[in-house]
Amino acid sequence: MSGILASMIDGLLIGSVYGLAAMGLSLIWGVMDVINLTHGSVIALGMFGMYILFAAFPVNAYFLLLPILAAGLLLGLVIYWISVHWVIGRSQLSSLLSTFAVNMMIIGIGTAIWSTSPYNVNFTLRGFTVGDYTFTGNHIAAATAAVIIALALELFLYRTRPGKAIRAVADNREAAELMGISSTMVLALAFAIGIALAASSGALVSTLFPFTILSGAGYQMKSFVVTVLAGLGKPLGALAAGVLLGLLEGAVTPFIAVSWIPLIEFGLFVVVLVAFPKGIFTRATA
Amino acid sequence: MKRLVLPIFLVVALFVTTGFAQNLTLGFTVSNTGALNVDSVEQLHGFELWRDQVNAAGGIKAGGKSYKIQFVSYDDESNTKRVQQLYSRMVLQDKADFLFSPYSSSLTATAAIVTEQYEKIMLTTGAAEGKTYTLGNHYLFQMFTPGAEYLKGVLDMLKTKDPKAAVAFVYEDASFSVAVVNPAKEYAQKLGFNVAFSEAYAPNTTDFSAIIDKVIASKSTVLLGGGHYADGSTLARQVYSHKVPLKMITLLVAPDSPQWGELGDAAVGVIVPSQWEPQTTFKAQYGPSGADFAKAYTAKYNTPPSYESAGGYASGLILQRAIEQAGSIDTAKVAAALNATDITTFYGRSKFATEANQHGLQVGHAMVLAQWQKDKSGKLVKQVVWPLAAKSANLVYPIH
Repeated sequence: MSGILASMIDGLLIGSVYGLAAMGLSLIWGVMDVINLTHGSVIALGMFGMYILFAAFPVNAYFLLLPILAAGLLLGLVIYWISVHWVIGRSQLSSLLSTFAVNMMIIGIGTAIWSTSPYNVNFTLRGFTVGDYTFTGNHIAAATAAVIIALALELFLYRTRPGKAIRAVADNREAAELMGISSTMVLALAFAIGIALAASSGALVSTLFPFTILSGAGYQMKSFVVTVLAGLGKPLGALAAGVLLGLLEGAVTPFIAVSWIPLIEFGLFVVVLVAFPKGIFTRATA
Repeated sequence: MKRLVLPIFLVVALFVTTGFAQNLTLGFTVSNTGALNVDSVEQLHGFELWRDQVNAAGGIKAGGKSYKIQFVSYDDESNTKRVQQLYSRMVLQDKADFLFSPYSSSLTATAAIVTEQYEKIMLTTGAAEGKTYTLGNHYLFQMFTPGAEYLKGVLDMLKTKDPKAAVAFVYEDASFSVAVVNPAKEYAQKLGFNVAFSEAYAPNTTDFSAIIDKVIASKSTVLLGGGHYADGSTLARQVYSHKVPLKMITLLVAPDSPQWGELGDAAVGVIVPSQWEPQTTFKAQYGPSGADFAKAYTAKYNTPPSYESAGGYASGLILQRAIEQAGSIDTAKVAAALNATDITTFYGRSKFATEANQHGLQVGHAMVLAQWQKDKSGKLVKQVVWPLAAKSANLVYPIH
């Protein structure tokens, strides 16, 4: 097996997790017009959630995603009522600042509890080997879980009443309210789902790499790139864009030093913002 | 009158036992948080054990006085900006008489700017980069063997085992590891090795998949590099989980920590260039023997000492001896005594360069190589495998 192919498969696997992380950001941004700056710290909380649950219940770590998703929903509702509800409809700067404040609080509390030293979830699944290259079971399981969660969200948004209500509010809040949809409840639900997605992506990352309470920041930046690539409010688009970003990383790294990757990613970010302001998946249908 | 005898006796006794003892303030920062946490706290434990033993014995005796050691220390968060603020604070507000370095070459280089500016003596430990000593400093004294020597022993050993090995260098993009790897690359080429791959990674890297794929593609058979504990342990875990077909892995710093054993099978076979190991037996001219140090350390902290711990304790010993030799805590006199130091402690020989172009550089101390191996009961232990004269077990090569 060639090095480039192996590198691209690795990129594809981790890209799915980037995609899942970005789905949370994209959903909130698209439905509520709120740039959620608690995204990174919630990803980190998801990592610690997995760490704590796995220490208490050393079962297959991926089964623990369900309680983490549930806790993420609750946390999302709490953050919504603390910092977002009051600034809905105001300028984006208000929600940016209020979610940034909550972000700093989470990081402050997290640093006090866990310090900024690295933690590991010591769970390993057997992988498979092709020639000299081995793909770890954890990477495969994390990518699979990310895709399952993304598909479940897509089904929820398109096949259930609350899901359709979220899409209706995203399209036209006033019209949705005239149809009897409580936009406040719908916005709270959308925010909670976005937070749960971020937490679950953090939980998946924690099974792959060591982490600290500050680790979410890097994934938050990647989520911005993915969201801009995909366009707002398109969950499956975000997953596809995440996979694309992972593949790009995988394809490029055999030829350049890994430390150049952020430069390439943010170069792409700027190019897409300028050339495809509605995302690369929107232009084709526009 | 009889009633007064006891109180007067107690007051006099108190005066005799503590009245003449003065306090000597030693300042340093510790990375209680951040990426350098594991190694830094081990170094702190070395400082603390030395302080407690010296104070229990009545303090440092110099010029007819006794000096009890008190520490002033802060969390530097593994951050150079904090180091700059905190070393200034320790000199100006806390009035530290002497300083120990923080852990790591990067933080120490920053601290050294402050201590030199205020003409304060700083013994550096846990900091091997040699460049800082070429800048014309006068009050800086290095306890660790300089970085350029770290990987030479491994390459010499590899030459005897497998002169055709293809070498990959994968290392942290930080001042210490760069200072170690650059001369090692030159030395490897000089010895005739094929340097098949070389890449530095960002200090906070957690995903090594891309670099590991490149190592495999380069057909390297030996990996040398790493940096500190957080990145080194992650790199070893991922090399193991990706089943990279390597015959030898040598990483800087991280595998020396007793915590390394917690990596399980990923720890096996990994080699670390070490400043000191409990198995090394130097005949101490001053201070405790290696066995006594290791015993006291293990009793206090329930874990065997790493070389960072030994470096911390030895820094205290060398400073203590210099103060005793100087008969004073005057900076100029103690600096002169440090310049004249050439002594063997449990940690090995310590001697500082006195030439202006490398003043304070460690020129007396020699390193060993330790490898994590399984003993007969299957327990992971660290064995000295190089130099052959000091070995406690044979090198396992190849590891798979």
